[in-house]
Amino acid sequence: MANLLEIRNLSIRFRTEHGNVDAVKNISLSLKEGASLAVVGESGSGKSVTALALTRLLPVPPAEFTSGDILFQDENVLAMKPDRLRAIRGGEIAYIFQEPSSSLNPVYSIRNQISEAIRLHRPDVKDVDAEIVRWLTTVGIVNPEKRMHDYPHQLSGGMQQRAMIAMALSCQPSLLVADEPTTALDVTIQAQILAELKRLRAEFNMALILITHNIAIIQGLCDRIAVMFRGEIVEYGDTTSVLKNPQHPYTKALIACIPRLGSREKRLKTIDYSWLEKTNT
Amino acid sequence: MMTFLLRRLLISLVLVFLISLISFFIITLTPGSPYPWGDMNPQISEAVKENFRKQFHLDEPVWKQYWFNMRDLFTGELRSIKDGRPVLTRIGERLPATIALNLCALTIALSFGLLVGVYSARVSGGWQDTSLSTVAFALLAIPEFWVAYLLIIGLTEWFAIPLMGTASHGIIFPNALAAWLDWLWHLALPATLLALGGIAAQSRYVRASMLETLREDYIRTARAKGLRSEIILYHHALRNSLRPVITGIGGLLPALIGGAVIIETIFAYPGIGRLGYQAVLERDYPTLLALNFITAILVLLGNLIADILYSVVDPRVRLE
Amino acid sequence: MNTPAQTPLGRILSRFRRDRFGMIALAGIVVLFVLALVFAILSFARVPFPMDPNATDLERKLLAPNPVNWLGTDNLGRDLFSRMLHGSYISLTVGFVAVAVSLLIGVIVGAVSGYYGRWVDNVIMRVVDAIMCFPTFFLILTAVALLGPSMLNIIVVIGLVSWTGTARLVRAEFLTLRETEYVRAARSLGQRTPAIIFRHILPNAFAPIFVTAVLGVPAAILTEAGLSFLGFGVQPPQATWGNIIADGKTYMLDAWWLIVFPGLAIFLAALAFYLTGDALRQAAETRAERK
Repeated sequence: MANLLEIRNLSIRFRTEHGNVDAVKNISLSLKEGASLAVVGESGSGKSVTALALTRLLPVPPAEFTSGDILFQDENVLAMKPDRLRAIRGGEIAYIFQEPSSSLNPVYSIRNQISEAIRLHRPDVKDVDAEIVRWLTTVGIVNPEKRMHDYPHQLSGGMQQRAMIAMALSCQPSLLVADEPTTALDVTIQAQILAELKRLRAEFNMALILITHNIAIIQGLCDRIAVMFRGEIVEYGDTTSVLKNPQHPYTKALIACIPRLGSREKRLKTIDYSWLEKTNT
Repeated sequence: MMTFLLRRLLISLVLVFLISLISFFIITLTPGSPYPWGDMNPQISEAVKENFRKQFHLDEPVWKQYWFNMRDLFTGELRSIKDGRPVLTRIGERLPATIALNLCALTIALSFGLLVGVYSARVSGGWQDTSLSTVAFALLAIPEFWVAYLLIIGLTEWFAIPLMGTASHGIIFPNALAAWLDWLWHLALPATLLALGGIAAQSRYVRASMLETLREDYIRTARAKGLRSEIILYHHALRNSLRPVITGIGGLLPALIGGAVIIETIFAYPGIGRLGYQAVLERDYPTLLALNFITAILVLLGNLIADILYSVVDPRVRLE
Repeated sequence: MNTPAQTPLGRILSRFRRDRFGMIALAGIVVLFVLALVFAILSFARVPFPMDPNATDLERKLLAPNPVNWLGTDNLGRDLFSRMLHGSYISLTVGFVAVAVSLLIGVIVGAVSGYYGRWVDNVIMRVVDAIMCFPTFFLILTAVALLGPSMLNIIVVIGLVSWTGTARLVRAEFLTLRETEYVRAARSLGQRTPAIIFRHILPNAFAPIFVTAVLGVPAAILTEAGLSFLGFGVQPPQATWGNIIADGKTYMLDAWWLIVFPGLAIFLAALAFYLTGDALRQAAETRAERK
């Protein structure tokens, strides 16, 4: 098995009232087992669409796969039967999302929502509650025996995201897709969650795709990086080399926007889109 | 939870006061003769009029009239103009039949509304959804009395189905169960007719609420977990869409009790709706006052129960 | 996504135009409206077209639909078709004017409540809650019966009782809109309260108010029909769809047409308004297109 995940020439189109929008244009990506990839881009660049496409979570219609394949463990996701697809979702590819507060169902307890995932993908687990406690402990939730009976609105944002991560990990997936996992959180909590992701990835040898608009958080967490701009991958390579020696003007612009301690600039940099527009075509 | 209940009770008390004010003023502020026999009847002596005014405190200032009327209502001293019996007794006799009819109609409206609403949300945008929505508006647009008559014409002509009252007369039932079934049989048609509009309205509310819930992030989470679509729909979405089902009770009850005036009259059903229609015909002010007051209180009670039910469904309300 | 700049109303109308059901229903309303207008004029001018709606002919009573009396005759030999046509404006007038009354009250009360908030809102909303507890139809019946049944009284009473829904809706819109940046900006520029309410907030709440209004018309039409049916509608000899059924119920087992046709008219009229209102609501719904 060469790659855990391989995306080949994938294009996704949305049919809307105001015409068609090509959200993803002919992109190719690959990911080895246990490897990690960051997909960076601004909102509307197609990075979240790509993430959701991995298990066909996009609503069809309005979304439409116009070309390409998504191979997961050499199996084409786009051609999977519903039963197989559901086994992959959560079981092999698990997600955590941007808004932990709205991503957890408000009327069910944390225990209820995690046990649902465990029962579904790991029917052999006898003591589900013990398993929940184990995962809540793993993601750093204190007093898990008590906390698991809480409802989402009783937890803080950081705790909610930890619970989401516990839910995702509890099924022992081979790939974790984190779609802007820290964007909705406070800066200090952001750092904690990122550190947690880094530790867990090493501990469970799990592949990770991190979707973010913030190029600054990638270093040390992801080996490779793909920069998306207007539905296309404009730069793809080793994190270190891309950050050190960016080729595409958009990547350069993104990196230039990272505020640096001790820099003497009076203003933060902004991206000049009209200039990018000219260089991109 | 306790503070939530306490707050609701307090507001309800305020509402009871406002309701009593409205039911009083609707009766007294409407111009027209205070006498049920009219002003011009020469056979009524001045003494009788005087006595009538005294009994109903008509010579007192308005706020005192309000006070006396309410006092009389609660002490059971408020009596019908028609037969001199306390209005509370007259209404009390009719209450069980009315509550049975309305609960039956409410159950039909809520359950069918829920079923149809969830189904329409599931097939949203498809032809089934479009036809169901057209049917729902047709049900809303149908005058109940018209359907009632069409049914009476149809059923009595072609089938021998009993339609009037609460029981078949002249039959001795072999056991209690048979009598009970006969009673239910008499309840079924009026309750269904009464519920038609409610089914339509509820199904629209549930559909809209389901569609809104299905766009929520936690539904995406549930899909990402690999759950089957039935579980997502009935376990994750439905419970979050129950708010309109429960708040709907608040909108349904007044419509049902109001609609019962016509339905009970048509089917000669001995509930407070028919009593109300008779009281309107007889200009029986005390009965009208009490009926408006009591039905509004019944609705208020229904709302209160709905609120408590809702707090059971949604932990965010329960744990406030 | 290059769309030409459109006003909110323009956008709603252009979406509405693409709704086939909505357009058919709207066409129904227009036809009904024209019919009602024409026959209201004929009625006041006492033109006996197609026949005199009040001319009795006991020789021709309770006739089934026939070439002369297209929809049959009633117990006094009056032509049902003429009576229905001459009665059509009653339903529409009651529907429209009652909704106008309820809209006026509802918008003002809701605007005041939502704009001022705090205790004003609290008091007004408790009164609205209290009114909403009353069984609407029974309350209307009581008031109309005590005031005396006439078209004016029916309109006023329906309007006075049914504004609560509009008020709640307008209040909710105001509560959200008054916190928006453009209203804050207007306030910080020192604009006066009425100007803010009427120029900045109300136009933005237009769509939902308009939809409620359209959906309120059939409800008022059905209420009028119900009142007529119980004998507290517009009084005979003026024919209304409701009172034709009320008069006809005695003969219903012999003369089905006295029940079927006027009821069908009420039903179709109400349905046309409901379907138009729903199509408008769908057109007005602004959905997040995608994230």
